[in-house]
Amino acid sequence: MTIFRTENLTKKFGGLVAVSNLNIKIEKGQIIGLIGPNGAGKTTAFNMITGVYKPTEGNVVFGENKVTGMKPHKITERGIARTFQNIRLFKELSVLDNVLIANHMRLKSNVFSSIIRTPDYVRKEKAIKEKSINLLRELGLEDVKDEKSFSLPYGKQRRLEIARALATDPQLLLLDEPAAGMNPQESHELMVFIREIRDKFDLTILLIEHHMKVIMGVCESIYVLDYGVTIANGTPGEIQNNQKVIEAYLGVE
Amino acid sequence: MKRNNKLNIIAILAFIATLFILNVTLDPYRLRIFNLAGIYVILGLGLNLVNGFTGLFSLGHAGFMAIGAYTGALLTMSPETKEMTFFLEPITPILANIQLPFPIALVAAGLVAGAIGFLIGAPVLRLKDDYLAIATLGFSEIIRIVLTNMQTITNGALGLKGIPGNANIWWIWGVSLAVVVFMVLLIKSSYGKVFKAIREDEIAAEAMGVNIFKHKMMSFVIGCALAGVGGALLGSLIGAINPLLFRFLFTFNVLLIVVLGGMGSITGTVLSAVVVTVMIEYLRVLDIEMNLGFIRIPGVPGLRMVVFSLILLIVILFYQRGIMGSNEITWEKLFDFKNRIAKKITRRKSS
Repeated sequence: MTIFRTENLTKKFGGLVAVSNLNIKIEKGQIIGLIGPNGAGKTTAFNMITGVYKPTEGNVVFGENKVTGMKPHKITERGIARTFQNIRLFKELSVLDNVLIANHMRLKSNVFSSIIRTPDYVRKEKAIKEKSINLLRELGLEDVKDEKSFSLPYGKQRRLEIARALATDPQLLLLDEPAAGMNPQESHELMVFIREIRDKFDLTILLIEHHMKVIMGVCESIYVLDYGVTIANGTPGEIQNNQKVIEAYLGVE
Repeated sequence: MKRNNKLNIIAILAFIATLFILNVTLDPYRLRIFNLAGIYVILGLGLNLVNGFTGLFSLGHAGFMAIGAYTGALLTMSPETKEMTFFLEPITPILANIQLPFPIALVAAGLVAGAIGFLIGAPVLRLKDDYLAIATLGFSEIIRIVLTNMQTITNGALGLKGIPGNANIWWIWGVSLAVVVFMVLLIKSSYGKVFKAIREDEIAAEAMGVNIFKHKMMSFVIGCALAGVGGALLGSLIGAINPLLFRFLFTFNVLLIVVLGGMGSITGTVLSAVVVTVMIEYLRVLDIEMNLGFIRIPGVPGLRMVVFSLILLIVILFYQRGIMGSNEITWEKLFDFKNRIAKKITRRKSS
């Protein structure tokens, strides 16, 4: 079952075509990689999918519905969550609060009932807190739940970002360079972790990554972008031997 | 939790008892300063919600105070006083005969200021950082100019005189106590967390499914409404208002309280509102002639502001984020502090 696809997704910044005619198709439960040299348009593609940018042309289809050009918070509500290339945690807030905020949209409680703390609100708040603590436990962050998020070590900050994205109850998770700045040991753990959360939370994952080991180890299918153009698409094995991909990364002789 | 609730109730009762005692023992001059401090608590909390908690750099507080002050005054003044005050041009017939009880006027002041805040917020809150500051500052001045020129409603530059002095210690500190409780509950709620999230990282908050614009607007409108209520109380306390009172400098006074107390700290704002208001008065000593025995300092009007600015500079030098930062004084911390002191004392005794 195709859960997500883009149709000729294009973004132009003035005369620069950052992404042109991107056609990604993802089946439910897959882990798909999006790679390419710096400036290839990977993050721009992410930003179009999550509503940060409006596509110049083309469509984003999630499930049955077009989500093209919707506001980011609406898209998150539909079930697409993301992490960021440079970690964007709510630094001054506690780890638990970071996760609780991701639940706010599902709280469906107006500001008055939350201020006077109606029984309904108190019950919902308690349920959400429990859910968040469970989530933190599953991701191994329970022991630091009361610490300010900026005080966490780098690896845990990355993990918290993923936890926060998971707290929005997504079906599709977009990871923007989750292995950036990790040593080989950590990135190996990350690979295991990505597979784990896919199974545990019944997710479909699209990830951008520069670590070839991670990409090749975890993805079932890979799309390669270069200067906004999709130059290849296939299994890790096919991509490794693709002449165009090698040229894009290493240059032409 | 249970213990804290009990302590909260005890603290509130103790506070009310203190008000009772102060109301009897303070002379009118000191009582007035104390009341002014209460108004600054309300104004400061309103601005802190917008600037400190939600991270919207708004400088338009004075304009919303003006709206609240005028609404409150026009709704409580008696028809006779209005007729006397509007001697250049008579007041519009709609407002001429309205006289409402003070509490209703206070609520109306909050609602009108909040509504204007909503109208101004709709375009302005799309801006960020310093651009937002400039736009809100501009709108605050526009409000003032409009008030100056609506001769038949506001009596223009002449202002309003003879506003009934309903605002006594009970009204002022009662309202500020209610505002403190409201703010604590708001910040503790899920909405309060979202406000802080917007302050920390807007893009991430949006990616977490938070409707940024709606929540920014909510915070801004509540802040404006609080400014309106504070303005109405201020008008009633002073008894006379005119547009010049609500210049940018007024926003600056409130901003100073918020920054000194700590952006994003409720207890910080309350403390600094009281300390700053009282200090500004007590530093008046510096303005008059001083005789130190060996040297005579002639009276320099405004010297207290110089000294005050120096104090502010020193505080900001050492505490960039205000005295309290974004921390709060909680019962837990107080008990912790008490226990530590107790331990120190016993250790000293035993050694």
